[in-house]
Amino acid sequence: MPELIQQTERGLYCEAGDFHIDPWQPVDRAVITHAHSDHARWGSRAYLAAAGGIEVLRSRLGPDAAIQGIPFNESIGMNDVRVSLHPAGHILGSAQVRVEYQGEVWGISGDYKLQTDPTCDAFEPVACHTFITESTFGLPIYRWKGPEEVFDEMNEWWRENQERRRTSIIYAYALGKAQRILASIDASIGPIIVHGAIARFLGAYEAARIKLPPTHPADPELVKSTRGTALVIAPPSAVNSPWLRKFGRQSSAYASGWMQVRGNRRRANVDRGFVLSDHVDWDGLLSTIRATGAHTIGVTHGYTDQVARYLNEHGINARIYHTRFSDRGEEALEPDESEINHTDTEDTEKNKELDS
Amino acid sequence: MQRFTQLFIEMDRTKRTSEKVAAMERYFREVPSEDAAWALYFLSGRKLKRLVPSGILHDAIAQITSLPEWIISESYQSVGDFAETLALLFPQSRSEPATITLSQLVSDRMLRLRSIAASKNQRALILQTWNDLDSTQRLVFNKLITSNFRVGVTQTLVIRALAVVADVTPAIMAHRFAGTWEPTADSYARLMTGGDRGDSAGPSIGDLAQPYPFYLAHPLMQPPEDLGTVNDWQIEWKYDGLRAQLIHREQSTLIWSRGDELISGAFPEIAEAAADLPPNTVLDGEIIAWEDDRPLPFALLQRRINRKQVEAALWTDVPVAFIAFDVLEENGNDLREQPLVDRRRKLDELLSQLPPNASIKPAPLLSARTWSDLSQHRLASREHSVEGVMLKRLSSTYGVGRKRGDWWKWKIDPYTVDAVLIYAQGGSGRRSGLFTDYTFGVWDRPDESQGNGGDGRELVPVAKAYSGLTDDEIRQVDRFIRRNTIEKRGPVRIVKPELVFELAFEAIQPSNRHKAGLAIRFPRMNRWRTDKKPEDADTLETLQALLRSTMRENREER
Repeated sequence: MPELIQQTERGLYCEAGDFHIDPWQPVDRAVITHAHSDHARWGSRAYLAAAGGIEVLRSRLGPDAAIQGIPFNESIGMNDVRVSLHPAGHILGSAQVRVEYQGEVWGISGDYKLQTDPTCDAFEPVACHTFITESTFGLPIYRWKGPEEVFDEMNEWWRENQERRRTSIIYAYALGKAQRILASIDASIGPIIVHGAIARFLGAYEAARIKLPPTHPADPELVKSTRGTALVIAPPSAVNSPWLRKFGRQSSAYASGWMQVRGNRRRANVDRGFVLSDHVDWDGLLSTIRATGAHTIGVTHGYTDQVARYLNEHGINARIYHTRFSDRGEEALEPDESEINHTDTEDTEKNKELDS
Repeated sequence: MQRFTQLFIEMDRTKRTSEKVAAMERYFREVPSEDAAWALYFLSGRKLKRLVPSGILHDAIAQITSLPEWIISESYQSVGDFAETLALLFPQSRSEPATITLSQLVSDRMLRLRSIAASKNQRALILQTWNDLDSTQRLVFNKLITSNFRVGVTQTLVIRALAVVADVTPAIMAHRFAGTWEPTADSYARLMTGGDRGDSAGPSIGDLAQPYPFYLAHPLMQPPEDLGTVNDWQIEWKYDGLRAQLIHREQSTLIWSRGDELISGAFPEIAEAAADLPPNTVLDGEIIAWEDDRPLPFALLQRRINRKQVEAALWTDVPVAFIAFDVLEENGNDLREQPLVDRRRKLDELLSQLPPNASIKPAPLLSARTWSDLSQHRLASREHSVEGVMLKRLSSTYGVGRKRGDWWKWKIDPYTVDAVLIYAQGGSGRRSGLFTDYTFGVWDRPDESQGNGGDGRELVPVAKAYSGLTDDEIRQVDRFIRRNTIEKRGPVRIVKPELVFELAFEAIQPSNRHKAGLAIRFPRMNRWRTDKKPEDADTLETLQALLRSTMRENREER
């Protein structure tokens, strides 16, 4: 009998329920953990996702995509398989997938974090027999400070920049991280300008009743009048772009888990690095694995070799699940979305070459 | 330690030089001399070496974290900086850090590490110190004990900050700081006040053993015609040697390297030759492996460097000469404000008193009536085993540091070879986490399959290089490496041979330590040859032919 969830060319597949989880090629039925482009791919016939994430997902998949939303913790049947979604705490509407068939339970984490984030429901561990976890930051050098502390630093940095009449520029992932910053920063400090790549998701957050402070687009008049006081949030792809020049004298920062390592910050060529991640850190990864009570762990997406080896050495049966984006954990910085889309075909060709 | 860590944070959080200098000024104004002295020691790039073996640090972190050895190594590979890896792995502590000053940290912890021999005790002292510090302090401490403290400032910038604090010009501060400098409260106080070192005036009040700050040449990027008329310039060869200052006093002769290291012991014949000079003479020049009136390869000189005492065998085996091109002090008078043309005349007078075979010789002057004469000289550089030509304005005074305008070096174009990227390794510092250190190979024989490929040729490693690419290119190559790794051997990735680079290098010499039987000097990536396929890369034969031709040149000239 095949395993309940298998690794296939298109992604994780449940044969008994005939559905894929976060497939990277079009399939009949796709269960989607969250709306980031390496998890939510265009072209499948039907999608299932957490009700709270439908809006952001639609902005990714287009108005015609057939998306069914279900509330967290409510299961639906697919053939004889029970499927339910549980909060993953990664971004708005992000879910873990629980799959149950003939008494056997699997949990698939998608991307997740344990830290508090006002823009999404908090992570809840799912009791299961087999747990497939991400491992983006699966090395013991990655242990996060509390977000309150990070946002205190960020507020202080913004104020200091104002004293020096410098515009504050923060680079952050356009979906999730940017909104998390908006929801957590002290908006009374000054005006906030957001890049269009971030603004396009704000409607979905409003629809989900996530409270965000007022923001402005970067129109010339406003840019001029807020020089030296404003906070600008832009996606990493805007680094060194002409778009940034209009903000005048500035101090730049990057908000990402990768900023934990100073070399990454220096390479990004920014003044400050704020260690703010939407992924689970090393301690959180280990505590979550314990909390699920799982006897078998699948490791995917990141430092897979290292985490699997560590678990096996510590008496936990672990194995690796490859994904199309499996080398991501080794990438120096979280790639922005356009980059992932851009390199897809190239990746596959290169991989084929190597395999042959 | 809190205040020094604060300085580290302030400098770490800005890319602006002016802010870094301002942060240092504030620091030096605020702290007591004994701390300032050590801060200056570290900021100016000085290091306390060999305090503790890195194995002890590995053991200490493994003990406190209970992590397996391999994951500590994996973490290090990901971070690219051992000191930072240790700081990141250390468990977050909630206890208040102890109050400990920088000078206390140095004397009670760092220097003690060196004096206690038992590794068990060293490990205990490391763990205790980690416990006494907060997380950023731990990072700074780790960087200090691993000789890896860098904050992106040059000694020039540190001197600029000190000069402001002491209210003197940077040139005066540079002179006060030149030579050996002990990190004590007293010597720091002397830096501030001038002490018995005196100021601009001269050596009569200065510390007689200390070198003058070196004046450095800028690379010439523009056409030489832009420098005006050729008659305004003194022309010398640009030697590939060791820049040095020779100080001859009544009692002693000292030779200083540009890195402010005393190297007299490595070159006894030069010190001996200086005995024939009048006392209180200071010469600037280049130490070169030298035989039959021409330079020998730099590799030979290297065997003499870093040796305090030289065995007699090596002394005769590798003859050296001090090729003097300037005189900074004559009979105790500071000549630096005099024009070069006068200094050079005095130099020639001084050296004419030496026997013809002395190991101190005047640098030959080249004559050029036109700029094209100069170009001819430059093109003949390789025949003379030099790197190019130097241009020095005849009217110029002897400056401090790398001041533009009066001294130029115009090097010859390098040799080049097209080679294939075969191995890659992670970089460190700004390049940590990226594959930036590359090994390149050339084919062991020509392609005889007429473009059918696969005739069993092999790539022989010939060079390691890590400079020359833009950040963007580095990222692209890094991505290629991750996707095209054939095999991992520890930190080294064996890469699919596909990318071709034009390597530039300055010299080639035979070597029995390298598989290729030759070694190339100063290799760097000149260009990424995206237009070339790996089979188009050069062969070992090309390099061997080049090696033969350069050796022949050397022989024929003699």
